Amino acid sequence: MAVFRTTQALFSVLLALFVSPLPCHNVPAYQKPVMVQQTGKVLPKPQMMTASAEAYTLAMSSFKFTYGSSSQMCDIVDQAFRRYYDLIFVVDGVKKAPVVSKDMSELTELQIMVKEPCKGVYPSLESSENYTLTVAAPIGTLVADSAWGVLRGLETFSQLVYRTDDGMMIINKTTVEDFPRFAHRGILLDTSRHFIPIKYIKQNLDAMAYNKFNVFHWHIVDDPSFPYQSVVFPDLSAKGAFNPYTHLYTQEDVKDVIEYSRLRGIRVVPEFDTPGHTASWGAGLPGFLTPCYDGTTPNGKYYAANPMLNTTYDYMTKLLQEVRDVFPDKYVHLGGDEVNFNCWKSNPDITKFMEKMGFGTDYSKLEEYYIKNILDITTSVGRDYIVWQEVLDNGVQVAKDTVVEVWKRKPPVPTEMARVTAKGLRAILSSCWYLNRISYGVDWGQYYTCEPLNFTGTQAQKDLVIGGEACMWGEYVDGTNLIARLWPRASAVAERLWSNKDVTSMADATVRIDEQRCRMVRRGLNAEPLHPGFCQFEYD
Amino acid sequence: MAPNLRRKRQWTKLCFSLVAAVLCCYAGVFTLRRSGYIARAGLDEPIQSASLRFSRNTGGTGRYLVREAGQVWPKPQHQVSTVEVFVLNRDTFNFNYAPGSQRCEILDLAFERYTEIIFSIDEATTSRKCDADSTCLTVLEVSVKEPCKGASLHLESKEKYGLVVTREGVKLKADSVWGALRGLETFSQLIYRGEHGLYTLNRTDITDFPRFPHRGVLLDTSRHFVPVKYILQNLDAMAFNKFNVFHWHIVDDPSFPYESVAFPELSKKGAFHPDTHVYTQKDVRTILEYARLRGIRVVPEFDTPGHTLSWGHAKPDLLKTCYTMSGKYRGALNPVHEATYQFMGKLLQEVKDVFPDQLVHLGGDEVNFACWKNDAEITQFMEKQGYDYYAKLQTYYIQRIIKIVESLGKESAVWEDVAAKGQEGSVPKDTVIQVWRPRNWAQKMAQVTRHGLRTILSGCWYLDLISYGEDWPSYYRCDPHAFNGTKAQKDLVLGGEACLWGEFVDWTNLLPRLWPRASAIAERLWSSEDTTDMEDAAVRLGEHRCRMVRRGIPAQPLHPSACPFLPV
Repeated sequence: MAVFRTTQALFSVLLALFVSPLPCHNVPAYQKPVMVQQTGKVLPKPQMMTASAEAYTLAMSSFKFTYGSSSQMCDIVDQAFRRYYDLIFVVDGVKKAPVVSKDMSELTELQIMVKEPCKGVYPSLESSENYTLTVAAPIGTLVADSAWGVLRGLETFSQLVYRTDDGMMIINKTTVEDFPRFAHRGILLDTSRHFIPIKYIKQNLDAMAYNKFNVFHWHIVDDPSFPYQSVVFPDLSAKGAFNPYTHLYTQEDVKDVIEYSRLRGIRVVPEFDTPGHTASWGAGLPGFLTPCYDGTTPNGKYYAANPMLNTTYDYMTKLLQEVRDVFPDKYVHLGGDEVNFNCWKSNPDITKFMEKMGFGTDYSKLEEYYIKNILDITTSVGRDYIVWQEVLDNGVQVAKDTVVEVWKRKPPVPTEMARVTAKGLRAILSSCWYLNRISYGVDWGQYYTCEPLNFTGTQAQKDLVIGGEACMWGEYVDGTNLIARLWPRASAVAERLWSNKDVTSMADATVRIDEQRCRMVRRGLNAEPLHPGFCQFEYD
Repeated sequence: MAPNLRRKRQWTKLCFSLVAAVLCCYAGVFTLRRSGYIARAGLDEPIQSASLRFSRNTGGTGRYLVREAGQVWPKPQHQVSTVEVFVLNRDTFNFNYAPGSQRCEILDLAFERYTEIIFSIDEATTSRKCDADSTCLTVLEVSVKEPCKGASLHLESKEKYGLVVTREGVKLKADSVWGALRGLETFSQLIYRGEHGLYTLNRTDITDFPRFPHRGVLLDTSRHFVPVKYILQNLDAMAFNKFNVFHWHIVDDPSFPYESVAFPELSKKGAFHPDTHVYTQKDVRTILEYARLRGIRVVPEFDTPGHTLSWGHAKPDLLKTCYTMSGKYRGALNPVHEATYQFMGKLLQEVKDVFPDQLVHLGGDEVNFACWKNDAEITQFMEKQGYDYYAKLQTYYIQRIIKIVESLGKESAVWEDVAAKGQEGSVPKDTVIQVWRPRNWAQKMAQVTRHGLRTILSGCWYLDLISYGEDWPSYYRCDPHAFNGTKAQKDLVLGGEACLWGEFVDWTNLLPRLWPRASAIAERLWSSEDTTDMEDAAVRLGEHRCRMVRRGIPAQPLHPSACPFLPV
């Protein structure tokens, strides 16, 4: 293959199956690209599922979702009924309204049973997402402890329904017992390197729900811009956003995103990354960043939070109190990655402070001092925290309930995962899931085969791995290409984090991810193609 | 967090930026002298250079903001602008024909189009009146010499234009309507939102013409179907970048979406779907007309003898059946059957009638000889003809197809495979050879032109081959004349094409994947050979990307940045 650059041997084989020769590839074995057909396959694959050949039809006019007699009721489920009705029956547009079969048994109802009260609740790390789905005519049942389990079950139900060429909606007799393998299944979006309009954040939340992701890690601010409109420090966005009027998330916007997420069983974990990655804070929060020096004079540049000033911690206390009030999730991400010590080293006041504190010339001690303060502040305002792995690598003493996000490839991921969990800390993996790093060809296999528990450790250590995150850093991504670049590649991560550990057959996964991609397209998302071919029902 | 690499790169970048900054100063002075370009008043905050973009030490978001400055992409051949500024207002501004100018619908429609493009930026600014202390320009007068009613662009068309913006108004002069279209595009790019959000432009004098006459974008509608809507959007984007050839790789192995009049069964059985995934004759006409009005040629490619599996669904006898250990399969078109040539004759007759362009692309690439080997019929034919290797059989096939095209009064383009070493003499001199292999493309260009054949380059411009990070500089640096050859050989280089093959591209991601990366190629093919200043290009390309986004093309970002309007 003349210009085939990727090195994954496994994938070149897979690629050869699908990619035809053309003026750049010389693949002799050619196979006609098959139409990607809807067959009601579920992604991520359920833990236990039995389907029979017996099939039922669904009629748009008569089918309904109902609550079982002793079920809890709430807005989350009410709205999900409407959403999934539309996803099943209205998605193809009025012109292609489904037709009813006269000679098949009809599934007329799906009865939902929620055990726990669900009014006004927010999803959390501890939420149960288990559900049991029984599809049998005329009335199917969906039983779950929580509303979140119901949401996952409805998604599965909607995926089980498929449309035939003559326009009938069909579902096979099926029973599903399902629950997630990992509790934390996240997508990181970076809204600092490029501003992402709410419209696309919501589209992405839809896509997450279709793939049973449950955490939106909102890397909301960073060096390039500060689009979060803070109540206590409005100058941060007034002076730090790309544009204080147009490139901004107002409090209203943030509420909107949180509610949209809640209704889909998605937690919003905001990240306020410090002490590095804070260049955009400087203009709106004078005195927060460290002045850098050339010799004995300040050179007009600033870098990183100033760790020696009490005011820095006062600012952070106020900001984190606000974050607690605005974001309902128990966790806040505190960042703590990639701190460069050069500016701190250049600053004579910091040098004096180092002497006073007895840090010698070990600036990682200074970093530790800063981080320790921030962690304590976060605890004092009543939040738990997630940090990037550097915090731990640098030896900072963290509370036992800290979650460490492993993102680097060096030290090797298994070593780091073992190290984090050996300290009794919980871990999230994202090293192998940096989806912003694109390459030519089919790349989802490398995401799919990345196994979070692939490290040497005790069962207790493995139990501390609570999940992972697909990261879409924003250097080269904004509203124009976000959805297409992230989906369906992130679907591979979704299945790894939800399905059973044994679900590793690439051949099976290929069929599921194909159908899932076409399903997302049909539902109105610009999920990009995986190989030549077409979808049975293409949106447009 | 963000890649580990970045920290290391930080230092290299910092060093690089220092060096670049110094070089930039010199370059700046040089440019100033060379083009007589005078910096604009009011731009006290200079646009940050590309290499300083990621510098973290200064704080503030200013360096990420893309500023509108009315810089033109691709860069005109000669441009002088001064600090004197004028403003435009929708209510008072008009496009007009100069006395004595030719008139036609191409321009009438372009006037409407550019009125929208220029004034639909923001409602807020359109309502503003010109104030007393600024000079309002009220007219752009176009003068076209050659008759243009019903005209279509062709390889020899003149695209040269002169554009003068003075206090008295804007004058655009061109021999042909195509030059006028290019000039209107330039004019629309000169306009930026200046103080108080007014539509502003500087006093400017431009003489402009393309370096190469063939500036193309290839789309592949076989591996994925691309709905007409997106093809049209892409034609818009091409016009914004002064591309002038849409190379339509319309059919290939995976599907045959072209609805043929002579052979309707080809798409009935060979399209992904015979009703929804086809280009009807009406669709094709829509695309042709849309392209014509924008000064874009449509060169259709019917690639044979390989890449034809989708043809076999309706016409199995066209393809050679081959037998291997694992069973039988279909290979390329059968070159030893007369029926093949009769069929191709009819199909190409139709292509001639449907597609007005002088050039037809015949493909001819990547023929799999494995299928021909050990085939009794082929062996017999080879012996009869005295052929000792299979490339000769391929040449025999292509020669006959080219003859058919010749007899129809058209010219042929083929992929470089047809002009293999030693086979260059087998094609007529007016054949255009498209060089696509990335390795040693320069040698190939030299070899082909040494034999007097015309050529277009794609070897360094396969935009479907994506990678992480900013990749436009490598496309920008690739120069079609960068091979060893005489002046006469260089003159045989007609231009080049950006290729977006369709394996991993359909309407969901086509436009952001192609733009603004293809813009780099647009400038290489249009602007003067010495337009090579990367810093300058980075700034103009940043503005141009935002310009495309504002015009409704979802062009993807080049680096962390924000456009100066509501995010879309």
